[in-house]
Amino acid sequence: MKILVPVKRVVDYNVKIRVKSDQSGIELANVKMSMNPFCGIAVEEAVRLKEKGAATEIIAVSIGPQQAQETLRTALAMGADRAILVQTDEAVEPLAVAKMLKAIVDKETPQLVILGKQSIDGDNNQTGQMLAALLGWGQGTFASKVEKDGAGLKITREIDGGLETLDLKLPCVVTTDLRLNEPRYASLPNIMKAKQKPLATMSPADLGVDVTPRVVTLKVSEPPKRKAGIKVKDVTELVDKLKNEAKVI
Amino acid sequence: MATVLLIAEHDNAKLKPATLNAMTAAQKLGDADVLVAGQGCAAVAEEASKIAGVKKVLLADDAAYGHFLAENLAALVAKLGANYGYVLAPSTTTGKNMLPRAAALLDMQMLSDVSGIENANTFVRPFYAGNAFATVQSKDKIKVMTIRTTAFDPAAATGGGAAVENVASAGDTGLSGFVSQQLTKSERPELTAARVVVSGGRGMGSGENFKMIDALADKLDAAVGASRAAVDAGFVPNDYQVGQTGKVVAPDLYIAIGISGAIQHLAGMKDSKVIVAINKDPDAPIFQVADYGLVQDLFVALPELTKAV
Repeated sequence: MKILVPVKRVVDYNVKIRVKSDQSGIELANVKMSMNPFCGIAVEEAVRLKEKGAATEIIAVSIGPQQAQETLRTALAMGADRAILVQTDEAVEPLAVAKMLKAIVDKETPQLVILGKQSIDGDNNQTGQMLAALLGWGQGTFASKVEKDGAGLKITREIDGGLETLDLKLPCVVTTDLRLNEPRYASLPNIMKAKQKPLATMSPADLGVDVTPRVVTLKVSEPPKRKAGIKVKDVTELVDKLKNEAKVI
Repeated sequence: MATVLLIAEHDNAKLKPATLNAMTAAQKLGDADVLVAGQGCAAVAEEASKIAGVKKVLLADDAAYGHFLAENLAALVAKLGANYGYVLAPSTTTGKNMLPRAAALLDMQMLSDVSGIENANTFVRPFYAGNAFATVQSKDKIKVMTIRTTAFDPAAATGGGAAVENVASAGDTGLSGFVSQQLTKSERPELTAARVVVSGGRGMGSGENFKMIDALADKLDAAVGASRAAVDAGFVPNDYQVGQTGKVVAPDLYIAIGISGAIQHLAGMKDSKVIVAINKDPDAPIFQVADYGLVQDLFVALPELTKAV
């Protein structure tokens, strides 16, 4: 079984983001970028499936600027076999991303696509579901457990209030939640080896996908600032404030 | 013909409150029909028909929808939604699972987690875990959107008298099958829906000490959360994690105990109405967002607080 793992380069989760002063977007100059955490979990899961003998090849894909090559090298160092970069400097919307991934799936014919449930920049949580729709495949979103089960997959999903288990036919799309696994750190030898693994580059036009935005961002603003709070001297004062001032208990 | 199709969230027996919040958003956009898709869910359709302002309830009662499988639901929503200007669902795990699939079938670029409506095609939504808000204009013919329920007050559950109309099932795609469900049987409310959340951080020192958090949570009927540091240290399971890569919560009262306040954690809780922080380090960043800060050893303050509330 071949597995396709789409990964995204995003602002590192430890960075405190700043809104540009002209409100046109988020300041990205000189900001540390890394692989989206949910994508790291997706790569790890694919590698574990391969280590268990359930997968034969892992192809990592990223859609983004030239620097997304670094993200792909990380995936290769973790255990992906080869990588594809669809290079574009434009911000691409989830539907267009799903269309490009579909074009790659049509060409590479993987049985499984594993990707993060959302990226921590756009927070859209759409791409996996859209890709599954376009392919006419089943979807196991927000997965916290993936098991090979006969000819299909058994997926445990995180839902509001608990867990749900589904049977999915292959081919299918799985999106990862936090509990699925803890991604490994690539060892130095593997980082060196990853530099030798094949990385192909193409453009959205090569895939025949129209990436014209459907949604225009008019303004980006900071969330309302919290008013400065007070320090209380002890528990008694705290309880009094909560009861009589904030009236929340 | 109404302009908005709202997908009701329910468990085949009762309507979930998130539907009422989404209804308020729907009404800002025009007349709304409500789709109740499920199995043996006539009582839910009846309940939905009483929501103030609903034009019509569409009832799709079929085994294919019994477990709200995204593949089957999305096919129905795409089929029905093609006739509307807006297709809305609450931003719950069911809505987030199903609606992007329906949007792709309709070839529409969906908007996730809409928290504000400026006009017929302009909306506000949080991104970067709520650290920024984007005002966006959709050029698509059908606006497909999940609604952030904490951003809209619930519509009145009664006062309406809409007709219930049966709609044909779009069938079973056969792509996925339901196996089982394990809902947390906690006496405590769910983390993302709780009115009060008590969270512990690395300062708790051990998983055993989280029992002190549990005790306070029990008295306040609160959910229990944790910082990533506490999760990474193995004190509590991953699903306790509040933060950018965990759960985003906005309760009336958030009590952070032994949490320093890393950016990653603040992103997940700073929309809470009232924030209390207890930490022995007076310079902990958590105090910059706390309404009430108590600089004290948590092992002294926490039992005292539990006793006092």
